[in-house]
Amino acid sequence: MPERARKIRVSCVVNGSEASFEAYPLARLLDVLREELKLTGTKEGCGEGECGACSIEMDGALVNSCLVPALQAQGAKIRTIEGVAIGGSLHAVQQAFITHGGAQCGICTPGMILAAVNLLARHPQPDDTQIREGLSGNLCRCTGYMKIFESVVAAVRRAETRA
Amino acid sequence: MRAFLPAYEMETPRDLAAALGRMASEPGVWKPFAGGTDLMVLLEAGKLPHKKFLNIWNLQELRGIEASAEHVTLGALTTYAEVQRHEILAREFPLLCRAAAETGSVATQNRGTLGGNIANASPAADSPPALIVYDAEIEIVSAGGARWVPYDSFHSGYKKMNLRPEELIRRIRVARSAAGWKQYFRKVGTRRAQAISKICFAAAARVEAGRIADVRIALGSVAPTVLRAVRAEQILRGQQPGVAALQAAQNALGAEIAPIDDMRSTARYRRNVARNLLAEFLEVLAG
Repeated sequence: MPERARKIRVSCVVNGSEASFEAYPLARLLDVLREELKLTGTKEGCGEGECGACSIEMDGALVNSCLVPALQAQGAKIRTIEGVAIGGSLHAVQQAFITHGGAQCGICTPGMILAAVNLLARHPQPDDTQIREGLSGNLCRCTGYMKIFESVVAAVRRAETRA
Repeated sequence: MRAFLPAYEMETPRDLAAALGRMASEPGVWKPFAGGTDLMVLLEAGKLPHKKFLNIWNLQELRGIEASAEHVTLGALTTYAEVQRHEILAREFPLLCRAAAETGSVATQNRGTLGGNIANASPAADSPPALIVYDAEIEIVSAGGARWVPYDSFHSGYKKMNLRPEELIRRIRVARSAAGWKQYFRKVGTRRAQAISKICFAAAARVEAGRIADVRIALGSVAPTVLRAVRAEQILRGQQPGVAALQAAQNALGAEIAPIDDMRSTARYRRNVARNLLAEFLEVLAG
């Protein structure tokens, strides 16, 4: 009988609430979020860190949740797409994606929005190059890049108008 | 086929000494696991042969960037994002910052580490050519002690390195001697963002009175390991960066690289592009 790893208990904060789950140490955080915590907004695209569909924030940093082992989520602060809107009010980026047609089939959308929200946290008024770089790790197979880009530009303008 | 998860173990040592103790007690059994940007890809593909890992991601002894008069020393867990954000690195080590900015995506740069990039030992890694140009040395530690080794002799063959099973890369230090040199970096991939290199070229030179007083050139993806182009460097030293020097250096470079055909490119393409990048580097030196 080969040696078998046991499931471990991991405690972390997900979208502002305490969360706890059991998982094998190398289980993908992506699968834990979707299957244990039932947060199915985070999508799987390629499963190898190329497409950004599974992007989440971990301790404020954008990461691909398909490449994070469950063990390393211990003690982490995690934000998924479910935690981007506050109360009933959409984030400016989410609203802009709706207004400007930034979502088509929707698989890349949660990752695109997390990437954009994370960019705005680091650069509140990004220029076009920074927006392109901020989204460059996220692939869209509906080829809707321009509308996605324009959505983020609009979200930035909206924030500027408010300020 | 996906991996069978119960077959994989991972433990979190409380500090570096505990990690090294574990590695010494069962040499080769426990391997370090940092940001996972390479290992998790292998795992998902069912191609991760090793089964027991030590989670070193939170070890503070492997973090931090420190500067002295002669060196900048980076903990092995320094991420690509941290490299880009560091003021001295941005000013004096543009090749390393460019390599960091062109490795993977923002998300990869937040998790991928310099130590991991070295220990993964891929000849297509993008930080090694920059590290070689900056005369990098790496500190290797084990329960038995520590040693500094020059990075340019660390990789001994394809995916092989001078690292014993119980040893760990702790720090990397780069020399500040190239500050003020003309520096050149270019990664050629299929796509501008997050492609793996077809070829990567990093170089720096000190130009005095129109002549190349000193020069360092290193390339990725053109040989079984990252390669320092010592023959091309030798030809260029003392020369003016003109056509005659270029042709001789291109021929020398052609003789010392050994590119192959693979899924990302062909040997012929890599050979041509290596020559062209050398030409572009000399244009930078002449300009």
